[in-house]
Amino acid sequence: MTARHVLQQADITRALTRISHEILESNRGSAGLVILGIPTRGVTIATRLGAILNSIEPGTVSVGALDVTMYRDDLSRNPTRAPSPTNIPDGGIDGKTVVLVDDVLYSGRTIRSALDALNDLGRPRAVRLAVLVDRGHRELPIRADFVGKNLPTSTSERIMVRLSEIDGVDEVTIE
Amino acid sequence: MRHLLSTKDVSRDEAIAILDIAEDMADVAHREVKKLPTLRGKTVVNLFFEDSTRTRVSFEVAAKRLSADVINFSAKGSSVSKGESLKDTAQTLAAMGADAVVIRHGASGAPRVLADSGWIDAGIVNAGDGTHEHPTQALLDAFTIRKRLHGAGSRGRGLDGVSVAIVGDILHSRVARSNLWLLTTLGATVQLVAPATLLPVSTAGWPATVTYDLDAAIDAGPDVVMMLRIQAERMNAAFFPNAREYSKQWGLDDERVGRLPAASIVMHPGPMNRGLEISSGAADSAQSTVLEQVANGVSIRMAVLYHLLSGTTEA
Repeated sequence: MTARHVLQQADITRALTRISHEILESNRGSAGLVILGIPTRGVTIATRLGAILNSIEPGTVSVGALDVTMYRDDLSRNPTRAPSPTNIPDGGIDGKTVVLVDDVLYSGRTIRSALDALNDLGRPRAVRLAVLVDRGHRELPIRADFVGKNLPTSTSERIMVRLSEIDGVDEVTIE
Repeated sequence: MRHLLSTKDVSRDEAIAILDIAEDMADVAHREVKKLPTLRGKTVVNLFFEDSTRTRVSFEVAAKRLSADVINFSAKGSSVSKGESLKDTAQTLAAMGADAVVIRHGASGAPRVLADSGWIDAGIVNAGDGTHEHPTQALLDAFTIRKRLHGAGSRGRGLDGVSVAIVGDILHSRVARSNLWLLTTLGATVQLVAPATLLPVSTAGWPATVTYDLDAAIDAGPDVVMMLRIQAERMNAAFFPNAREYSKQWGLDDERVGRLPAASIVMHPGPMNRGLEISSGAADSAQSTVLEQVANGVSIRMAVLYHLLSGTTEA
């Protein structure tokens, strides 16, 4: 099967910059923002978003990681998954505006797990969702607030997000 | 992995995977809501034919933190005291739908029998069988050592190059056996220190050096000194003249702790006989990890239960 390039490095950077501005616009500034990435690539994107946000409005945005493995609804259907570290910034999430970040939004089940996980960690003022790619085929009533690119796909296709920190190259392909 | 019966069966990759999962489980203990929904709807039976405080409570806390239902079953006060066999007990538990059985038994190999017999279709966790093995204790000891040595950078690492001296009643100790297999799998070198009467007839084939001289072992400056409990319940022969004699020769007293390098750690699986194999000064010193071992026990047992009970069960 041939891979079709959908986003190149410059497209990803532009998308993340736009998302950062949209986050600041909807939050009316950077006050009380906590960016939480969902491992693995969501964390990388969250780190990049945090850097962009702090360069636009210096200082106050904190970035962390939220592992959802233990909250998944498909644990007994797949081989045992190894969890990743959860890392909540020092201020916690109580009363903050949490922006969940993931690479691809598909069924919505990962985000449901993330909402359950957040529930056990505190009570944010609001929870938003930012994704690099929304490929459709939702199985739950969940939608993203900030989307890098909407990609209509068929379920037989695979979306591959590669990021230079992990994969050595920035690209999104359909395979 | 379907059962955890012996650390001999655990590969290096599996061991490191369990230790890494335990790192994440340890974080749960610091949260406001100390509970994960992961094993909701699963039933874990604690089947204890021998007395235990910390292991049973530790497994119970671990299972509850993962939202499993826990049934505690001890031989005293059960039909076992009426003479029910292990087979009938197991089949009763199977009929009640247990997903995992944590078993402690006085007979070496009882967990293996349970796992291989087909009496019960559940994951079996060995929580100590006779003088054979106690795998979760070894895992939590390895976890404690790794955390002390590597701190926050522990993830993914083994124990390569770490020197461990295991001191005391090797003959009866399931903790020593499980630790020996696991620590060497993880890359550590193990020295066994014991009176000749408390060593097995042959240690040929064991990946360890053996000495009778604690002072020499201490002066070699091991990274870890692991003291074993003198098990009064198994001391049915004249293994040593008397407690004072043992304490003088093979006990970790304040003076011996003082001779250890400052970075070395002192471990004990508990319960301790203060003044016999370990002095109060040694047990309460900054080098002692006794309480860390207990706290880490919960994380390790959560990781083991998660590892055994989540994921598809291969037929």
